[in-house]
Amino acid sequence: MQAEAALGRVGLWFGVLIISLILAATARDTGFAAHATIIAIVAFVLMWMSAARFDPMKKAQGFFRMPEGLSRYDDDPVRWGVLATMFWAIVGLLAGVFIASQLAFPQLNFQPYFNFGRVRPLHTSAVIFAFGGNILIASSFYVVQRTCRAQLAFPSLARFVFWGYQLFIVLAASGYLFGVTQSREYAEPEWYVDLWLTIVWVAYLIVFVGTLARRTEPHIYVANWFYLSFIITIAMLHIINNLAVPVALNGSLSFSAFAGVQDALTQWWYGHNAVAFFLTVPFLAMMYYFVPKQAERPVYSYRLSIIHFWSLIFLYIWAGPHHLHYTALPDWAQTLGMVFSVILWMPSWGGMINGLMTLNGAWDKVRADPIIRMMVMALAFYGMATFEGPMLSIKAVNSLSHYTDWTIGHVHSGALGWNGLISFAAVYFLVPRLWGRERMYSLRMINWHFWLATLGIVFYAASMWVAGITQGLMWREYGLDGYLVNSFAETVAALHELYIIRAVGGVMYLSGALIMGYNVWMTIAGKLREEAPMGAMPDYDPDKDRPIVRPATPEPAE
Amino acid sequence: MNLYDQFRHFADSYGLVALLVLFLGLCLWVFRPGAKQQNREVARSILKDEEIEGRGDDQ
Amino acid sequence: MGLASQHKKLEKNINLLAIGSFIAVAIGGIVEIAPLFWIDNTIEEVEGMRPYTPLEQAGRNIYVREGCYACHSQMIRPFRDEVERYGHYSLAAESMYDHPFQWGSKRTGPDLARVGGRYSDEWHVQHLKDPQSVVPESIMPQYSFLGDTPLEMDNASDMLIALRRVGVPYSDRDVGQAMADMILQANPDSGGDVEDFQQRYPKVQVRDFDGDPGTVTEMDALVAYLQMLGTLVDVDSAAAQEALAEEKGR
Repeated sequence: MQAEAALGRVGLWFGVLIISLILAATARDTGFAAHATIIAIVAFVLMWMSAARFDPMKKAQGFFRMPEGLSRYDDDPVRWGVLATMFWAIVGLLAGVFIASQLAFPQLNFQPYFNFGRVRPLHTSAVIFAFGGNILIASSFYVVQRTCRAQLAFPSLARFVFWGYQLFIVLAASGYLFGVTQSREYAEPEWYVDLWLTIVWVAYLIVFVGTLARRTEPHIYVANWFYLSFIITIAMLHIINNLAVPVALNGSLSFSAFAGVQDALTQWWYGHNAVAFFLTVPFLAMMYYFVPKQAERPVYSYRLSIIHFWSLIFLYIWAGPHHLHYTALPDWAQTLGMVFSVILWMPSWGGMINGLMTLNGAWDKVRADPIIRMMVMALAFYGMATFEGPMLSIKAVNSLSHYTDWTIGHVHSGALGWNGLISFAAVYFLVPRLWGRERMYSLRMINWHFWLATLGIVFYAASMWVAGITQGLMWREYGLDGYLVNSFAETVAALHELYIIRAVGGVMYLSGALIMGYNVWMTIAGKLREEAPMGAMPDYDPDKDRPIVRPATPEPAE
Repeated sequence: MNLYDQFRHFADSYGLVALLVLFLGLCLWVFRPGAKQQNREVARSILKDEEIEGRGDDQ
Repeated sequence: MGLASQHKKLEKNINLLAIGSFIAVAIGGIVEIAPLFWIDNTIEEVEGMRPYTPLEQAGRNIYVREGCYACHSQMIRPFRDEVERYGHYSLAAESMYDHPFQWGSKRTGPDLARVGGRYSDEWHVQHLKDPQSVVPESIMPQYSFLGDTPLEMDNASDMLIALRRVGVPYSDRDVGQAMADMILQANPDSGGDVEDFQQRYPKVQVRDFDGDPGTVTEMDALVAYLQMLGTLVDVDSAAAQEALAEEKGR
């Protein structure tokens, strides 16, 4: 019986192997051929595993010292997810530092595969979908089990979600370097990779909803609301925005189903809601679970969280057109986008306040606990970015800021500050619990990470604000003679130093993540660093606790 | 008056009022007195029985 | 059943929660996107728009492949400085055959919506091969490999068929001739019917673009695309048309 099943599996993978080899041989472009080869390799490995009854997972789990045996919750996919998060964070940030350096020093472009235009989507996808996506899938599997007090439904499907998602990342990332792209920002992968992601995503929905259905808690905790709407909405956005007709079934090229104005609005409806439902809503789910857990107190107002949820998801979807101000998009759509973006400020800050006020009465933890501090800083950046966003969506401001680096600065104060820091905090929370360690290897290293990251963001955001405003003002500068003052090339030259500062900020943020990688590695290895505890108060010294008395020399009168 | 204008008028009047009422209704609903106890329970549900620290229901 | 218990139901029922959030997120998209497909003033009718020639479309595919949109917009906004710097502001109709649109979101380099005809072919080739040799301040990457890479032309007909499926009005003749048209546009001496080609694609520029008439390279295709950007529509007459569209109330 078992042998038959194994034989069936071998046959299945052999079939996949043959098909992908045929596709690789007949492919119309190198990108598609490379992708077919990747699939062939995966199929071959799976076939060999089925035939030889060899399970490399056991070895890998041993290598990463994953706890064995039965536990109350199914945490293996979460552990893998945390490791993948760490890996992709470093890859994505490294790609970011690389392209930031290319903008300062164009000699760093290596044609054709490592030109800016090809590496840039690699950076954005690696940080958003690989780093962000992995922590979202991992944390949602962790949170949904705890809040429902139930094991993951469909354990093998959950593993398929994790590995299928990694395959999606590898196909997407390698495709960009081969020039396989739809040019839709944050939806660059071509039609067949999109189809694959759709399958993985539906499996994700099934596992998540299945686990919710198995819950033994009467209520669905609010974090799960956010996760659920994230999964559903991303599915909707992904499918509609990626509607396309491929040129051939053995080539990567496809053409969008929409054209011009309709295509632009569909893409930015998607693009903005990728920010909303990928980078905001599920990260708020993380906030609603991890902040109360780390602070050891319930969320400030559960009622506010309900209002926050419904108003946020309802309002966010309208905001897309603010990416198309003053374009050929009809004015009414631009105005709608602007109005809803400004209103959006309120639920965003509602969420931020709810997170911050959770610490009410426990603010001393900010000093003693670097993880809490990281969460607080993440929320502060969330608040800042969600104030800046509505401001930039006002048409008058947007007329200056659009097309400039101000947008890049805004995105990064949100992405590095909010998404990055809250994810790092979640990983610091998860690793000791998932590997059964007392605490992270070193709390002082978390502190270093915190300061490197925060300072890195300051360098990044400040330089990009200056760059964006400089650019915007130089483009529209008129001389007394009534002519434009600056050629475009002059506005490029003016930004050189700012681009260097930005790259330095990126290096700082990346080095923080590298310290984190080491810290996580040592924690998994089961080590504890000998170090003085954080935030200890010095002993009370009454001599020092006195008002400073000024010397009684009278000031001379003027 | 074409369809676009009709929609526009609807959005500026009844549509706007309907959304406002919906929103206020949601807020009032959430703040109804009966929900207080329940909300407190849900908010605290995540802090019960931690598997590692072994903290109890002392929150 | 009171109001309170109904709310409890929502908080406890996954399906209701899922459907509720789906409705909440669907409304905004439907209200904003759906009208664009049937409101008559989304796209003003303008004279002169035609589908891309196979060579231009191939150049466009290279533009997309190299991620040019990451640094160059193709959407001039109606501001004095932009109009003076780049030309008449972009009209919706000018991207009506763009699958996908290339409006872009960032100007690390200048807008390209009307770059066609502004520079010579030689300038474009030199600039693409080594941007800093023409514009010392430029931070653009080098694309000299385009000149060495022969253009993949076997796909030409399939490409036009796919575009026709998404609504671009190519005729059967256009599709059948696609590969021949590609060669013809980059090398008018290759022995095709130039007049027929120009009739099917008005205002098309037929010449060797990359200074190498022997082979049709990716450089030919990309320069052909860049040189036609913004050249199809006579914006002055379009502006008059647009005033008309505006009266219909947008």
